[in-house]
Amino acid sequence: MSTTVSDTHSAHDAHDDHHDHKPTGIKRWLFTTNHKDIGSMYLWFSFLMFLVGGSMALMIRAELFQPGMQIIDPHFFNQMTTMHGVIMVFGAVMPAFVGLANWMIPMMIGAPDMALPRMNNWSFWILPFAFLIMLSSFFMPGGAPAFGWTFYAPLSTTYSTDSTALFVFSMHIMGMSSIMGAINVIVTIMNMRAPGMNYMKMPLFVWTWFITAFLLIAVMPVLAGVVTMVLTDKYFGTSFFDAAGGGDPVLFQHLFWFFGHPEVYIMILPSFGIVSAIIPAFARKPLFGYASMVYATASIAGLSFLVWAHHMFTTGMPTFASLFFMYMTMLIAVPTGVKVFNWVSTMWRGAMTFETPMLFSLAFVILFTIGGFSGIMLAITPVDYQYHDTYFVVAHFHYVLVTGAVFSIMAAAYYWLPKWSGVMYDDFLSKLHFWCSLISVNILFFPMHFVGLAGMPRRIPDYAIQFADINQIVSIGGFLFGFSQLIFLAVALKCAFKKGKPAPAKPWEGAEGLEWTVPSPAPYHTFDVPPKV
Amino acid sequence: MSEHESNEQKHERGNSRVITRLLASVMLMFAFGFALVPLYEKFCEITGFNGRTTNTASQTNEGMNVDETRVVTVEFHTRVSRGIPWEFHPEVRSIRVHPGEVKTVNFIIENRTDKAVIAQALPSVSPGEASLYLNKTECFCFEQQPLAAGERAVMPMQFYLDPDLPDRIHRFTLSYMMYDLTEQGQATANLSE
Repeated sequence: MSTTVSDTHSAHDAHDDHHDHKPTGIKRWLFTTNHKDIGSMYLWFSFLMFLVGGSMALMIRAELFQPGMQIIDPHFFNQMTTMHGVIMVFGAVMPAFVGLANWMIPMMIGAPDMALPRMNNWSFWILPFAFLIMLSSFFMPGGAPAFGWTFYAPLSTTYSTDSTALFVFSMHIMGMSSIMGAINVIVTIMNMRAPGMNYMKMPLFVWTWFITAFLLIAVMPVLAGVVTMVLTDKYFGTSFFDAAGGGDPVLFQHLFWFFGHPEVYIMILPSFGIVSAIIPAFARKPLFGYASMVYATASIAGLSFLVWAHHMFTTGMPTFASLFFMYMTMLIAVPTGVKVFNWVSTMWRGAMTFETPMLFSLAFVILFTIGGFSGIMLAITPVDYQYHDTYFVVAHFHYVLVTGAVFSIMAAAYYWLPKWSGVMYDDFLSKLHFWCSLISVNILFFPMHFVGLAGMPRRIPDYAIQFADINQIVSIGGFLFGFSQLIFLAVALKCAFKKGKPAPAKPWEGAEGLEWTVPSPAPYHTFDVPPKV
Repeated sequence: MSEHESNEQKHERGNSRVITRLLASVMLMFAFGFALVPLYEKFCEITGFNGRTTNTASQTNEGMNVDETRVVTVEFHTRVSRGIPWEFHPEVRSIRVHPGEVKTVNFIIENRTDKAVIAQALPSVSPGEASLYLNKTECFCFEQQPLAAGERAVMPMQFYLDPDLPDRIHRFTLSYMMYDLTEQGQATANLSE
């Protein structure tokens, strides 16, 4: 994956500067078709949603601080768990990755912009409206959706309030946004690579996003179909999921998880790409096993379509089906293991330094692997009957999504902030952010394994008295983790207002890739003339 | 410069080809989501995956050998859809049958409301695999049950098990959920197909 760029490049940058004019004020952001502007908007939007979804999580943890009902009533608690999940998945993690893709993919493959800039503008600007619709449902009679982010029928059909309609429409809009984003990424990668940038020279972040985009194209339409069926079941008298009318509620779970399992890989594959960029940079060694990383990513994506029913072992499946889904799920550990070993081998005997992006990446490798291990435990059908719908599951998916996806996004933000803003981030604050996050996130999620194994069910606002101690510890960790993220806000704002040391074009000694060949901050237009790779 | 433009035109053409294919895939996957509904139904019918039994009468067991070496316990389970004040239960909670042997079990339903209603029972078998070997020659679940206000009815269900029932199944549950179809009335009369 070595990329060498001819020195003629700096000449182009001088040329770039003088047509750097753009509308000012709000119009610049409303009408922009620039991949960097759109990337920044995606990133800020996702951070805002991260804080909104995080506040909901804190509401949940505040209620769970003690057994019994203290602060919020059970129905509102259910609204909190539902909206926390929906917002974090569709509002925080996914848009953050799309933001990174917008910023980095054109710069990494030597393209002047995304292939479809106007559609890019659309795919961002419909998102805030989707979430406005979703969040406005709090003001409806009966409140926001309260059926869990998985919106299982009949909870979302027979037993839901009218906010379901808003939920469905905003899901449709989010789906459209994701599909447009995915189309844009695929077209950009297929048609806009600089001469010489063949597929097997692309940085892994580009590769993982390429595969993620295909996953999005494959499963977001299925999600759109499922939410449509929920809508028609609730309002138009169809019976897709209603046994009384000849439907089957279990069918909902099959359809949902047919979307849902690839969806969890949509939220982790770009992380693999980020970490595969950062670890070689700070270990000062090329990535170990580049080709195997590409094939491992592709096989994870392929397998993700064959494991969905491991979410539904307790619905009662023939033994053969249970075995099939169990073994398929365990098989995913093989390509994932290839990746983890490759990262470790990359670091082996490397000249490592521990700048903040590297710290987050190292935490990612270790903590994501813990999440992977608890995933293997959950894959074992007979023990899944014990773990199903307990806090063990909550611990598992927060290890892969928070210390996995979110940590990798943080790592990416620190890694590329100098390139985006032109200034170095505040090193002290960033280290403080890392250590506070690392410690608090483990106080928050690790003990959940134990209450889960002891049988504490998830999505319940009250619990048996013997779980009180651990829940208090978890809640304290939750508040610490939540407020630690404000340090990141401070770091990001300082960079946005250019408070910091000016960053050189390549602030990381061992970093590789085309994005480091352009000055920092990256000019408004880069690679108007394609670089030679 | 002209070379640059022709490159751009080439790009445009390449873009629209890729976009068309991707949009087609999106449409295809949207349709596939809906196609999964009948596919799932068919799949369940063949494999007994969801424990749904066929709602049409089977042929009698004429010429079928009764396998007296095996005894299978069939448990009955009944529920009434949420919030409906009916009484619905089997006369016996479970029976033991030889595969091939015909048995009749009576179910009792009582409408405790002061309105005439139409009830419809939907069967489900657990483990689902057993549903493939459960043959009902007569069942109240084949049709809707009109019940006058306060009416109590005894509804028979006659069945036999296919002797091909795998040896590992010694016991299974046949569950009936009773739904209120008064509002839908005759409109859904053929839902059992």
